Amino acid sequence: MGKVIVVTSGKGGVGKTTSTAALGAALARSGQNVVVVDFDVGLRNLDLVMGAERRVVFDLINVVQGTARLPQALIRDKRLETLYLLPASQTRDKDALTEDGVERVIAELRMRFDWVLCDSPAGIERGATLAMRFADEAVVVTNPEVSSVRDSDRIIGLLDSKTIRAESGERLEKHLLISRFDPARAARGEMLNIEDVLEILSIPLLGIIPESEEVLRASNLGAPITICGRESAPSLAYFEAARRLAGETIEIVYPGQKRGLFAKLFGRRAA
Amino acid sequence: MKSIFGFLRPVSSAPVARERLQILLEYERRMVSQSALITVLRDEILGVVSRHVTVDPECVHVSVDRGDGFSTLAVDIQIPQPERREGVRRGAPR
Repeated sequence: MGKVIVVTSGKGGVGKTTSTAALGAALARSGQNVVVVDFDVGLRNLDLVMGAERRVVFDLINVVQGTARLPQALIRDKRLETLYLLPASQTRDKDALTEDGVERVIAELRMRFDWVLCDSPAGIERGATLAMRFADEAVVVTNPEVSSVRDSDRIIGLLDSKTIRAESGERLEKHLLISRFDPARAARGEMLNIEDVLEILSIPLLGIIPESEEVLRASNLGAPITICGRESAPSLAYFEAARRLAGETIEIVYPGQKRGLFAKLFGRRAA
Repeated sequence: MKSIFGFLRPVSSAPVARERLQILLEYERRMVSQSALITVLRDEILGVVSRHVTVDPECVHVSVDRGDGFSTLAVDIQIPQPERREGVRRGAPR
């Protein structure tokens, strides 16, 4: 039985889709079967980031409503044969998703794959709550910025109250993925630092993705960054995060942590 | 926080962000759990009262005031007086 992970954030534009694609590809590279599912009905984008936008025939709504079978809607990645995409519908709205239908599709995906990564839409409405509803674990993507941290706090509250796991009194593990982190700005006190965000949200840290031009380059090319920019800093951070998600214990090194003697002596006071 | 070079660059803003968030989230977490409680209390109290009188759900107000040592719960239900209501309704321009 596969593990169902929701990638969520509350706020839009923080890197949910980028992270879903990058983590999915990183997990698939280790030979495990992975499906990334786009729950952003009406505003799908995971197909574009995965470079599969011209191969979409059927989508999640078709499968939920029974007008297509699951294997017909799944798109196999051309670069990684263990990576699949289940796209969202572009034309329907979020009300086309039913809880029963989503439950059935998730159950079927769980049988076929080792990992089911659900890319949640932004917001806290139906699409977002259904994306998290049947999850075993959650990856909360947060930027070190006030509005993103606030919205993540709301989402953590929903994960703890509106999911099947929470309702049946089971634990739903939550992992914090801090993206678009700029160590230089954090060191200058211009950006919330990692400790601040961790203290405020108080869920365990899965990884820190540094701000990088490579992320935009990857989405321009239509490939997860863990496929096309493999040696870049964000890619390496995603690979490590994926291994932690799979249960490995790897020490998290804060970007920019290597300090010179001067910074060691005087830098602390700025934090 | 300001060093002797402080005038050369703006005061760091991250500590301000951190403090604003801490204050805001402490308040919001309390409000979310409180508004859920208020909804439950409101519905249950309304259920009990409406078994005996017809109550307009719009005329029920429940509020909680959270203090340091104790909190208070105030329930304000307007029970309509049938004949008065009729009078008002008849008199109201349609």
